[in-house]
Amino acid sequence: MGVEIPKTSYSGAIRQISFGSANKVTMGGANSFPFHVFEGEMPNPPRIAMEVYDHPPEDWPEAALAPFKDVVDDPVKWAGKCIEEYGAEIICLQLKGLDPNGKDDPVEDAVATASRVAEAVEVPLIVWGCGNDEKDAEALKAICEACEGRGLMVGPVTENNYSRVGAAAIAYQHVVAAMTPIDINLAKQLNILLGNLGVPDDRIVIDPNSAALGYGIEYTYSVMERIRMAALLQEDERLAFPIICNMAREVWKVKEVGIPQQEDPKLGDPEERGIMMEAMTASLLLNAGADLLIMRHPEAIKRTRKLISDMMG
Amino acid sequence: MALSGIEIFKMLPRTNCGDCGVPTCLAFAMNLAGGKAELAACPHVSEEAKEKLVDMAAPPMRTVAIGTGEREVKIGGETVLFRHEKRFENPSAIAVLISDTMDQGEVDERLKKLEELTYDRVGVTLRADMVALRADSGDASKFKALVEHVTEKSEVALLLCAADAGVLEAGASVCAERKPLLYAATAENVDEVAELALKHKCPVAAKGKNLDETAELAKKLTAAGLKDIVLDSGVRSMHEALRDQVGIRRAALVAKIKELGYPTIVIPSEMTDDPAHEALMASVFMAKYASILVLSDLEPAHLFPLLVGRLNIYTDPQRPLATTEGIYPLGNPDESSPVMVTSNFSLTYFVLSGEIENSRVPSWLLVKDTEGLSVLTAWAGGKFSGDLIGLFVKKCGIAEKVNHRKLIIPGYLAPESGALEDELPDWQIIIGPREAANVPAFLKRWPFE
Repeated sequence: MGVEIPKTSYSGAIRQISFGSANKVTMGGANSFPFHVFEGEMPNPPRIAMEVYDHPPEDWPEAALAPFKDVVDDPVKWAGKCIEEYGAEIICLQLKGLDPNGKDDPVEDAVATASRVAEAVEVPLIVWGCGNDEKDAEALKAICEACEGRGLMVGPVTENNYSRVGAAAIAYQHVVAAMTPIDINLAKQLNILLGNLGVPDDRIVIDPNSAALGYGIEYTYSVMERIRMAALLQEDERLAFPIICNMAREVWKVKEVGIPQQEDPKLGDPEERGIMMEAMTASLLLNAGADLLIMRHPEAIKRTRKLISDMMG
Repeated sequence: MALSGIEIFKMLPRTNCGDCGVPTCLAFAMNLAGGKAELAACPHVSEEAKEKLVDMAAPPMRTVAIGTGEREVKIGGETVLFRHEKRFENPSAIAVLISDTMDQGEVDERLKKLEELTYDRVGVTLRADMVALRADSGDASKFKALVEHVTEKSEVALLLCAADAGVLEAGASVCAERKPLLYAATAENVDEVAELALKHKCPVAAKGKNLDETAELAKKLTAAGLKDIVLDSGVRSMHEALRDQVGIRRAALVAKIKELGYPTIVIPSEMTDDPAHEALMASVFMAKYASILVLSDLEPAHLFPLLVGRLNIYTDPQRPLATTEGIYPLGNPDESSPVMVTSNFSLTYFVLSGEIENSRVPSWLLVKDTEGLSVLTAWAGGKFSGDLIGLFVKKCGIAEKVNHRKLIIPGYLAPESGALEDELPDWQIIIGPREAANVPAFLKRWPFE
């Protein structure tokens, strides 16, 4: 006689969220813990978006820059290369140049860049602001309007700018990524606020604020596990949304990712190390409940895809 | 199966003598049921009750020690499925494979890597923990020679892998006092391997073709008098192995199935030939319940991320890692470099020091002891106020290292700048950014003329 392994009885499920226009992508829908396919369904395996930036990166380690060297000065070409050469099924445009503490691009420039990319590529598009609540509110609002019909995902939407960005997302039918600082209660609170504002439940995803391996990933990991447990076991419907992790930008600024091999030979080849730091960050976030990862290095993405396919069985 | 407090209570003397340390038998029973007391604390309980309650006294997952001395490895003893529920107790031990078909140069190279690849992070030394010596030649004397060579050269904890009990015996006989893990008892050899483990007092792995057979084998080993058991569910595909790791942990902790109440071993190197994919699989099983992971080799660019991930996942969520108080020079600062102060929450230190290094502006970072709390939490708790920071800046000795008197404080501490100016009248207090991400742009403006 065999042993009887206790099954977890799940009473909730994650909502399915779609975005895109000509090409749509659907996330979420799981009714069990991540990759627990032996006791539940994961109808949409986690997805990977490839990131492109509005300006050529100034602070990336060589290993991250190398695959994109010929296209970094044009986000449209960059997105094209991600799709054609690396098989990207989603593009994430990172509008870092908006940052008032950095380049402080005028909002019009960001809108123009986003519109150009939105027109040039057919795959679903995520547009991500710079993290400054005020500047993002202005820019994302304008981008929502300019890209009506494109079915974008826009983020990060925060406690401080949700009403402005949320209203535009409702009006022009985009999905919002609701970001809170690694805290389950704040995540729930922001989702409630978005709901009260009138953002439909099929247009919200949770951004728990991703940290990288070695830089606090354990906090993100546990908050994501708790969010998933609340949604699946306690039917907390304000937490039953897919989770997005904007992780690559965190990984590639980890101190040990940028150290040259001659400075510390024990860390091994810097390219392989960076790729593995990114892929392992992805691996842990996936197992904590990520439905959508924003990634950078084509090789890290390739490996992560294979891992996902293996875990799905 | 687990008993309720009331069921246990019925088996106790019910005299409320208090000899166990709590006033009533009912309270004691409740503590037993909750795992907060041990039956041995009651001197009056009957032998009959003891037998019935013995399962209660044992932890749901046994802790097994492999190896001896400083390099002893402890695995198992886990009490939760999710780290936030309490903490994960014993980090997955990482073993590197050495085969008896490798030439001595290769063997020594691997041992050397095992010793050399160590990394210091937040005052913790990270390294691989074990070697898995595998009998691939089928030749007992060859395996024995490998075991002898390795035990002579290294103090590391050992895993002896052979399908044939005779070959396993040849290896075990020359290193038994080092308490190697014998891998593995299978349906074919369980009686002989059990005898071997008893004779040499070594921990032993049970490896079935599936979870059911593994549980059967563990039962046989227990019946033979063995206690230190490690489980290999036998499957070699990623999704099945994940299913079994979750299954074993749940069986042990939730259903209290005794024959599965042991640590586990997962061998990603037998699931793929691609070392990068193997390392990624290992990262999943490190978080999802493997007590030992056997890797085909130690590639630094794979090992380092895996060890860092392990450190993160096995950190106690209730005790944030703290950085030691002091002056941290970042990027060879000199007497004209900027001086910044922050809290000693290790994550704050990591993120901030990383951003300072990214800025390529050499700087002095003063880390003040805030009991491991972040800047805002420490400030709210009165541990990071202007007067305390002032005292720290004076006594830490930074004034002798720089020829200027400009102190950059975290943006969130702006309300303390007045108090700081009173405490440090010679210093100009500069309010820095709130977020570490904005530090590089901020530092580029140094020296703020």
